[in-house]
Amino acid sequence: MGNAVRTGRVAGKVAFITGAARGQGRSHAVKLASEGADIVALDICEDLPFAHSPHATWEDLQETVRLVEEAGGRIVARKADVRFRDQVDAVVAEGLETFGKIDVVVANAAAAQYKDVLELSVEDFQASLDVNLTGVFNTVQTPVRSMLERGIQGSIILISSGVAYRATPAPDYSAAKTALITFARALANELGPNRIRVNTIEPGYVLTPILDNDEYGKRTAQLLGREPFATREEHRQAMWGQFSQRNMLPVGWVEPEAVSNAVLFLASDESRYVTSEELRVDAGFAEK
Amino acid sequence: MGRLSGRVAFITGAARGQGRSHAVRLAEEGASIIAVDICEDIPEIPARFGTREDLAETVEAVEAVDGRIVARVADVRDFAQLQAAVADGVAELGPPDIVVANAGVVPFTDFPSMPESVWRTTIDVNLTGVYRTVKAALPWMVEAGKGGSIILISSGIVNRGGGIVVDYAASKAGVVGLMRSLALELGPYNIRVNSIMPGNVLTNMLVSGNFGRVVAGAVNGGEPFASQEEMIDAMEAMFRARNMIPLGWVEPRDISEGVLFLASDESRFITSESLRIDLGFAGK
Repeated sequence: MGNAVRTGRVAGKVAFITGAARGQGRSHAVKLASEGADIVALDICEDLPFAHSPHATWEDLQETVRLVEEAGGRIVARKADVRFRDQVDAVVAEGLETFGKIDVVVANAAAAQYKDVLELSVEDFQASLDVNLTGVFNTVQTPVRSMLERGIQGSIILISSGVAYRATPAPDYSAAKTALITFARALANELGPNRIRVNTIEPGYVLTPILDNDEYGKRTAQLLGREPFATREEHRQAMWGQFSQRNMLPVGWVEPEAVSNAVLFLASDESRYVTSEELRVDAGFAEK
Repeated sequence: MGRLSGRVAFITGAARGQGRSHAVRLAEEGASIIAVDICEDIPEIPARFGTREDLAETVEAVEAVDGRIVARVADVRDFAQLQAAVADGVAELGPPDIVVANAGVVPFTDFPSMPESVWRTTIDVNLTGVYRTVKAALPWMVEAGKGGSIILISSGIVNRGGGIVVDYAASKAGVVGLMRSLALELGPYNIRVNSIMPGNVLTNMLVSGNFGRVVAGAVNGGEPFASQEEMIDAMEAMFRARNMIPLGWVEPRDISEGVLFLASDESRFITSESLRIDLGFAGK
């Protein structure tokens, strides 16, 4: 690949993506690479005690590397935890050293638990906010400084969630995801004079391990007032039925690639005057 | 292979300004265009509208990017004219996959002196005109059974107060209500309905009407501006102060990129969305 001239809607840009080992994060990395970007990726690559879904692994992250390279992109991928600023900054520093700049930030890393407010411990509530809210602050601050130093008119994309608009059984997660919208608004206003744009995306239901796991299966069965599901597939079918009723389009969930298409639009110069926007990719979930 | 290869888009208000820009941008990506415009002034609205010559220029611009286009003079206040234009377009290009309800007017009249005739005209074009536009295209879309994308041009003014635009703001907020419920109703057909809320776009609508006089009243001690350039600069300064990105104007092309994104399959799971292309106006 090396020095070949790349074309595409984000040709020549460098994108920093968290939670990139699988699911939506991997999809964003591959999409942006296929449109000409180079990628700086991190993922925790280990489980978090409070989270209900198993997290990605080092092998998953290596698969992202393979797919990005196959799409024609260069990539720096490291194991790092967004809760710790020094870990994030080390990856950012390596990315800057390798590619010379960061134009796009996609704050995608997240962790979910499905507990009612009355069951939530103070520790688990805090742990969720550490990843889903403080983790985003940790993700964006250093790259933004690098943009200001280099005069880069960058694009910051925070992955919020459709849960910002409708009740879901994830009180801590929805609180953090909603906070991202007002955080983005303030940051967009702060960085407007520097032509750095800050936007959020609110995906609807996406079938990634954050939903497609046994713990959430138990939760779904409980919510539907039925026996536990015998198989993962049975759980998926029940989720499809349950979620499609909440969507305007006749689907249970949206594909990760659909969210990546929105990331691409916001990362590209096509959206150069779009800032402080909440872009919903949700099959009509928010307004039904 | 463009992002809209093989698609047909029906666009209102296409003689110039944003509508022409949408026609050209979608054609660049492979869409064929059914374009309409009133091509004459409306007595109640003190602004210069597109002309037949303007519409002919849109045709040339679309053809210059190798697009096919059927252009007709039609008023969004007249359902029969819209139906006839769509039927002509379908005969030549096939049924529409995309609708861009762009035609709009803004009289810039202050509330105390606004006669009901002006209010009614604004609502008739900007809101009921959208109803008629969708109504004219929808039967073809449903019959084709391929789903589709309907894009209603609302306005950033829906999110914040603005001077001398009560009729315009009400009509554009109405478009959002229409969009949301229509999205729900058409979801089962895989027809998506979204709106775009543009910031201020420097088109003839803005410079040819009352607004310059009002800006002069507000920032120039009531004296008319020495030149149109001076007036445009004063407008730009007014708008810039309300935007996060310190610019006064959004270019038509920027709105067209949003139209293209919502028209294409890239947004196939996006419905009932209001896409703001507004330099951060709504959030400031």
